[in-house]
Amino acid sequence: MGIDLPLIWAVIILFGIMMYVVMDGFDLGIGILFPFVPAKEDRDVMMNTVAPVWDGNETWLVLGGAGLLAAFPLAYAVILSAFYLPLILMLVGLVFRGVAFEFRFKARAGKRRWWDAAFIGGSFTATFFQGVTLGAFLNGLKVVDGNFAGGSFDWVSPFSLFTGLALVAAYALLGANWLVMKTEGPLQMRMRSLARPLAWLMLAVIIAISIWTPLAHKAIATRWFSLPNLLYFAPVPLLVALVVYKLLQALRGDGHASPFLLTLALLFLGYTGLGISLWPNVIPPDISIWQAAGPAQSLGFALVGALLIIPIILMYTAWSYWVFRGKVRHGDGYH
Amino acid sequence: MEPLILARVQFGFTISFHIIFPALTIGLASYLAVLEGLWLRTGRQVYIDLYQFWIKIFAVAFGMGVVSGLVMAYQFGTNWSNFSRFAGGVTGPLLAYEVLTAFFLEAGFLGVMLFGRERVGPGLHFVSTLAVAVGTLVSATWILASNSWMQTPQGHEIIDGRVVPVDWFKVIFNPSFPYRLAHTVTAAYLATALMVGGAAAWHLLRGNDNTRVRTMLSMALWMLLAAAPLQALIGDQHGLNTLEHQPAKLAAIEGHWERTPEGEGVPLILFGWPDMKAEVTRFAIEIPRAGSLLLAHSWDGQIPALKEFAPEDRPNSTIVFWTFRAMVGLGVLMIALAFWGLWLRRGQRLFAQRAFLRLAVALSPAGLVAILAGWFTTEIGRQPWVVYGLMRTADAVSPQHSTSQVGFTLALFVVVYFVVFGAGTAYGLRLIAKGPTGGHGDPPVHGGPGEPRQPMRPLSAASESDDGH
Repeated sequence: MGIDLPLIWAVIILFGIMMYVVMDGFDLGIGILFPFVPAKEDRDVMMNTVAPVWDGNETWLVLGGAGLLAAFPLAYAVILSAFYLPLILMLVGLVFRGVAFEFRFKARAGKRRWWDAAFIGGSFTATFFQGVTLGAFLNGLKVVDGNFAGGSFDWVSPFSLFTGLALVAAYALLGANWLVMKTEGPLQMRMRSLARPLAWLMLAVIIAISIWTPLAHKAIATRWFSLPNLLYFAPVPLLVALVVYKLLQALRGDGHASPFLLTLALLFLGYTGLGISLWPNVIPPDISIWQAAGPAQSLGFALVGALLIIPIILMYTAWSYWVFRGKVRHGDGYH
Repeated sequence: MEPLILARVQFGFTISFHIIFPALTIGLASYLAVLEGLWLRTGRQVYIDLYQFWIKIFAVAFGMGVVSGLVMAYQFGTNWSNFSRFAGGVTGPLLAYEVLTAFFLEAGFLGVMLFGRERVGPGLHFVSTLAVAVGTLVSATWILASNSWMQTPQGHEIIDGRVVPVDWFKVIFNPSFPYRLAHTVTAAYLATALMVGGAAAWHLLRGNDNTRVRTMLSMALWMLLAAAPLQALIGDQHGLNTLEHQPAKLAAIEGHWERTPEGEGVPLILFGWPDMKAEVTRFAIEIPRAGSLLLAHSWDGQIPALKEFAPEDRPNSTIVFWTFRAMVGLGVLMIALAFWGLWLRRGQRLFAQRAFLRLAVALSPAGLVAILAGWFTTEIGRQPWVVYGLMRTADAVSPQHSTSQVGFTLALFVVVYFVVFGAGTAYGLRLIAKGPTGGHGDPPVHGGPGEPRQPMRPLSAASESDDGH
């Protein structure tokens, strides 16, 4: 058979996770930014910018899980049982913040602050443990006979805790720039001024991870710094520098959509960097997508659906964003 | 306690919470689509008022369904990694199709449905409601195909210790799938009708009598009248299907331990206490030959007995015997309520007969309880297998987790779910208690659903037309 099914599925899952990071990233970021914006009216506006779309954003995470189970059942089993605690804590965080969207508007005034706290705590917890999982994933998993053979707390390391905090910074930056695009007046100015230090922080974080990862993992160092790879991959760090420069410039000016779009580009570059470091392993350090793939009949059957339906999903998702385009103002209560 | 038991309790706990919300959203989404369709066709204010009322409750239920469902999608891997590795080749693509064809459809159009009325035209808004309603049904179809395959697997081979699908048509349309799908979707409609009808009855009992509340009650009772008897027929067919494909489950449901002598027929045990150790059903109250009549449709037909299966292959009869009877008992009450309502319509007493309204309120959670009871019956009845005849539940669990780890996450889920879903239920009930409010210009039109064709008393039309702004 000429079609490399595991390869196509790896691309689909990478695409799904990227969509998730980008889309749920900004609505998780809004929860992380809540503590900086105490006024109820402003918080209402912030929430209303994502209320019509957050559910669709989160569906990409479910697609990531389902796609992994469909195409790489071995990886699904190993990764999910290895990262048992951080993933469950992430899910609990997502539960709290997800229901807060509805409950916050349904609660009596006195109870609203509880759901504000649930939204903040849930967003922060979910983001942090996503980042921790990512860092632990980069560190690699110990697998014996197709089973995770490491300890329950192998995921805890200085590096994984650092990537946890790094993702919090990344989502906060994404959320701030989303709000620059979707709001106006004092709230928008507040977000603009928050985004600048966050952009610097983001740059620092990217540099730190870029140094830390190859130092800790010889294979990743070889991947990046051997010739001719160095030349192929050199555009990635150069583009990062360029995008950060443009972003800071846009935040000083009065761009509305440009800071958000530039942050998307920045995250995309970071994501590409991770992809380059890991490819073609689905369970680092040494289980490849071809070794972890499920039966060809399963991959082929699911692929037909994915190729036919994902374009349609992208179309109506875009339509929904278009329906809710423009600035969200005070009193634009959907509820 | 062993991690296995804790993992099973965790799955049972999280799925039991989860299943309530999709059941309600399946029913409510279809109800909302009907309401909006009726509004577009007739232009009657009452339909859009009810739409605006129930969509708030739908939104709360949907949010809780999404977050509790997200937990389910990951639980297969966190707690049941051996199952995922073994059966992921079948369950994975089915779940992927559910995400692609249902979850995205629901989520993509939900925003417009909830918040977009001012931004799109009425036609496009109706399309969004329909898309969400269709999405809920498509979702049920895929997940029940997957669940049914675990109950009655076919269309696969086992190669190198894992399931390899060879015929997807057979995998999806496995023997129990059509029955389970029909039974579950009908159950969702029943549960929703009971909740809507119960809410209306509650308002009527408190004197909150208006066209909107009456329309709610009337529509709910028509639904109940259509679905409750139909559900009994589907349930009977589902039972016969279980008899054919999962005989041990059926024997456990019936508390039937030993084959009766030739020609004697099998009695139906109405009530009793199946004792797994003593291998007998104690305190049995039986109807002679009724078991043969119901299940073999003959005077002396035989049904399988539990002792024909090795003790380690038997499901827990004590539990499924009672969960099954709880479900059937509630079903009988639903049918009774439906026909009582029909009878009351003739005398135009539907909205005033207090005993009837009280029963409707009492039965408002009955559909959800019956769904849980039925779900327990079919899932516990599948034990000791996770994939019937192919993989035991004991072999499916993630091997590396310790008791304390699974115990910790279980405790976490219990606390979080009671706080979060307890609050959500409270908000939902508070919304229901507020009742639907009216838009302006609600003319007293007679003869539509929820209204008698003539005013009950002369000159009463004005007083019953509207109450509360």
